[in-house]
Amino acid sequence: MKHLFGKLILTLFTITLISAISPVDNAYKIGDQAADFSLKSIDGKMVSLASIKGVKGYIVVFTCNTCPYAVMYEDRIIELHNKYAPLGYPVVAINPNDSDVKPGDSYSAMQLRAKEKSFPFNYLIDEKQTVYPLFGATRTPHVFLLDANRYVRYIGAIDDNAQDASAVKINYLQDAIMALQSGNNPDPAETKAIGCTIKVKS
Amino acid sequence: MYKSYACTMIYAILIYLLSGVGSGAEQLDIKYDTPVDSMNIRVMDYDQLKPLLHQDNDTTYVVNFWATWCAPCVQEIPYFVQLDSIYSNAPFQLVLVSLDFKKDYVRKLMPFVKERKLENYVLVLEDNRANYWIDDIDQSWSGALPATLVFNGERRTFYEQTFHHVDELNEIIKPFLKN
Repeated sequence: MKHLFGKLILTLFTITLISAISPVDNAYKIGDQAADFSLKSIDGKMVSLASIKGVKGYIVVFTCNTCPYAVMYEDRIIELHNKYAPLGYPVVAINPNDSDVKPGDSYSAMQLRAKEKSFPFNYLIDEKQTVYPLFGATRTPHVFLLDANRYVRYIGAIDDNAQDASAVKINYLQDAIMALQSGNNPDPAETKAIGCTIKVKS
Repeated sequence: MYKSYACTMIYAILIYLLSGVGSGAEQLDIKYDTPVDSMNIRVMDYDQLKPLLHQDNDTTYVVNFWATWCAPCVQEIPYFVQLDSIYSNAPFQLVLVSLDFKKDYVRKLMPFVKERKLENYVLVLEDNRANYWIDDIDQSWSGALPATLVFNGERRTFYEQTFHHVDELNEIIKPFLKN
C-alpha cells in the first residue's frame, strides 16, 4: 500500500512537472496582435514598443549572453538592426533568462556585453519572466517579426545556418521583412531552429 | 554470383548502419583503446538518422537530443545512462544524438564522450536543414534542447523538457515496455 502511494505521488509529480513546462497554448500565433510591454533596458530606462516611434515594425528577438546559438547570432543581430532600423524595422532584443539559474545573463552582465559589442539596439530584460510566455518563445534566439500595429507576421529563425554566417542559403527573417515591405505575407511565416531552452526560475 | 555478392554487401552495410546505434560491446573496447584525437564518432545527416527513428521492432528506443554546450542536457545525461542500466536486459536502446558544433567535435564532444563512457550511445547529427528535420522528428518540438523522443514501433511520444531524476524517465518508459 505504501509502495502504491509512493508511486501515485511520483506519477502526480511527473504529470504536474510536464504540464508546468509544456509550451503555452495561447501563445501568439501568426496574425495575432501582440500586447505591448514595458521592460527595463540596459540603460535603466523602461522601453515599450509604443515608445519606439515612427516604425513600420519590430524585430523582437528573445536572446541572451550565454547561449552559444545566441552568441553565434550576435553579430548578425547587430547587422540586422543597422540594416533594417533605417528602413523602419528596429531590433528589440529581450533576455528572458532568469539570472539565478544563469548568472551570465544577469542585468549587469547584459550591460557589460552590450558595451563590449556596442549593441545599437534596445537590449531589455524580462525580469519577471512574464513577456516571453505571451510570445510563446521557447528558445534563444527566437525571433518574432511584428508589423507597425504589433501583428505577428513571422516567427522563428534568423536564417538557415547558425554555425556559419557565410554559408547561409536562406535569410528567413530578411525575406520576411522584404515581404512586409512589398505588402505580402512572409512565406514561410514560421521556421524552426535549434536553440537553448529559456532558463526559468526554479 | 554478382547478385548474391551485392546482396551480401547490402546486408553488411545494413548491419553496419544498424549496429551504429547498437550497444555492441566490441565497439566499446575498440574505442577505449583509441586516443581521443583519432576516436571515431558517428556523424550523420538527417537522411541517415531518420531510419533509426522509425524502426519497427520490439525495442523501446529512447532518443535524447543534446549537446555539450547545453547545460541542462549535460545535467540530465546521467539519468539516461541510469535508465539504460535498469533495462540492460530488456529490449531497450538509448541513443544520444549530439547537436554539437563541428568545431567542438574533437575539442569538447569526444573528451566528454570518453570521460562519461558514452561511446555506445552517442552519434552526431550534422545537418543544416533544421527547419525541415525538427518538424520531421516531432511537430511539437520548437527546437530547444534538450528534447527526448521515446518510441516503440508506431507508438511515439516526444518531450521538450529537462528530466531531473531517473524515476521521471522510468515512469515514461514503463508503459512502452509493457506493450
